[in-house]
Amino acid sequence: MTEDEIKTIIFQLLKRIAPETEPSVLKPDEKFREILGIDSFDALQFIVALNEKLGIEIPEEDYGKITTIKTLVAYILNKKK
Amino acid sequence: MIEFLMPSLGADMEDGTLIEWRKKPGDSVKRGDIIAEVDTQKGLIEIEVFEEGTLAELLIKEGTKVPVGTVMALINPSEIVLETKKEEPIPLQPIEEKKVPEITEKISEQIHLKASPLARRIASENNIDLTLIKGTGEEGAITKEDVELAISQQLEPQKSIGIEIPVQKKINTSVETIRAAVAAAMSKSNQEIPHYYLEKKIDMTLATAWLLEANKKRVVKDRLLPAVLLIKAVAKSLKDFPDLNAVWENGLQPKKDINIGFVVSLRNGGIIVPALHQANAKTVDEIMTALNDIIPRARALKLRSSELSDSTITITNIGQDGVDTVYGVIYPPQVAIIGFGSVSEEAFAANGMLGIRSVLNVTLAGDHRATDGLTGSRFLVTLDKNLQNPESL
Repeated sequence: MTEDEIKTIIFQLLKRIAPETEPSVLKPDEKFREILGIDSFDALQFIVALNEKLGIEIPEEDYGKITTIKTLVAYILNKKK
Repeated sequence: MIEFLMPSLGADMEDGTLIEWRKKPGDSVKRGDIIAEVDTQKGLIEIEVFEEGTLAELLIKEGTKVPVGTVMALINPSEIVLETKKEEPIPLQPIEEKKVPEITEKISEQIHLKASPLARRIASENNIDLTLIKGTGEEGAITKEDVELAISQQLEPQKSIGIEIPVQKKINTSVETIRAAVAAAMSKSNQEIPHYYLEKKIDMTLATAWLLEANKKRVVKDRLLPAVLLIKAVAKSLKDFPDLNAVWENGLQPKKDINIGFVVSLRNGGIIVPALHQANAKTVDEIMTALNDIIPRARALKLRSSELSDSTITITNIGQDGVDTVYGVIYPPQVAIIGFGSVSEEAFAANGMLGIRSVLNVTLAGDHRATDGLTGSRFLVTLDKNLQNPESL
């Protein structure tokens, strides 16, 4: 799975969870929860959606490592290795 | 014969527009059945019936706006089905549109009149600009079919729609109406309710650690949010404080069920407060399941009437990375609101020891007509005790 494919999936899932927002305008280093107004509930839904779509399980202690699109993509790539 | 009335879905609601009858004369109805869909300031609401019987007659025509308390239908409580009238239902006098005083409300009303909620929803899901579609419904209203036609043919939408809406006013109708609903309820609260405020610092270290451990044992989709513990702890504590779980309507009326109103922020602005019914009788997992169901529907403005009208107390929870303390404004006719700030790490002294602890500032705003500070103080102390024993929640 390429970086671009992962990004596309991330944007699709974010859009599904926060349909009023436009995730594709996010810059790689922006904290997407802040920019899109994702609260704890939405954030958990997003983690669940990533789990269902990509089969990766993100433990709670790793939440702090995946705050931007860049770090999230890197995290997923690493998990998918 | 039982009269089925347009329900009040909050102190701020004056009227609603009947969009669709879900039952027809002759149908049997029981408690909890959806009888109609009504468009309100808080979205398209499924209206439940609280009587058992047979629907005898529908008195209001779909598309009619009627005030709260209007008789909408007649239900025959006995098993004998009354012969239903064959003639068209007689619509009650709709509310005079002139009553809408402010410009912003007029605009939303214009948009409102021109498109059914279903059409608006489909349009919004498909990024269709309603103002550019010519309506074929009654009085030029845009129907579901008009929107579907625009989608299927990828029409260049016609601009000659009849009303001119300046570009800067093409705002989401629901944002405006929600804002108006919040404004009405909060103004009423501040005018009528003499609030008192209390605050307690609660050590959340044990509860946070318990939650972390509990979530480690769960698959991702079964994980719990901290809010679940807070809701459960409030519900459990309220059992000993019936005067806080109450409404003020011609005096204090304590409520038997503990239905927690949980403030949900809408991304485009405004809040909505659905009720979690009988939260004290639910386990933490059941509360999480209820949140998973109700929050997305609250955000989509697709709630049931009981979820909008049954709350007996409100919780507002700032969540992670926000302010330390939130002081709530009571949602009338309730008599209390509990505010949770963000959990933060602090130097905290307890039992003669100083340590770094996860600390949460919890507030209670109480209606001083209903209770005194001492009751509120005892409640917050009980809440603290319950949060120190997360495993027993």
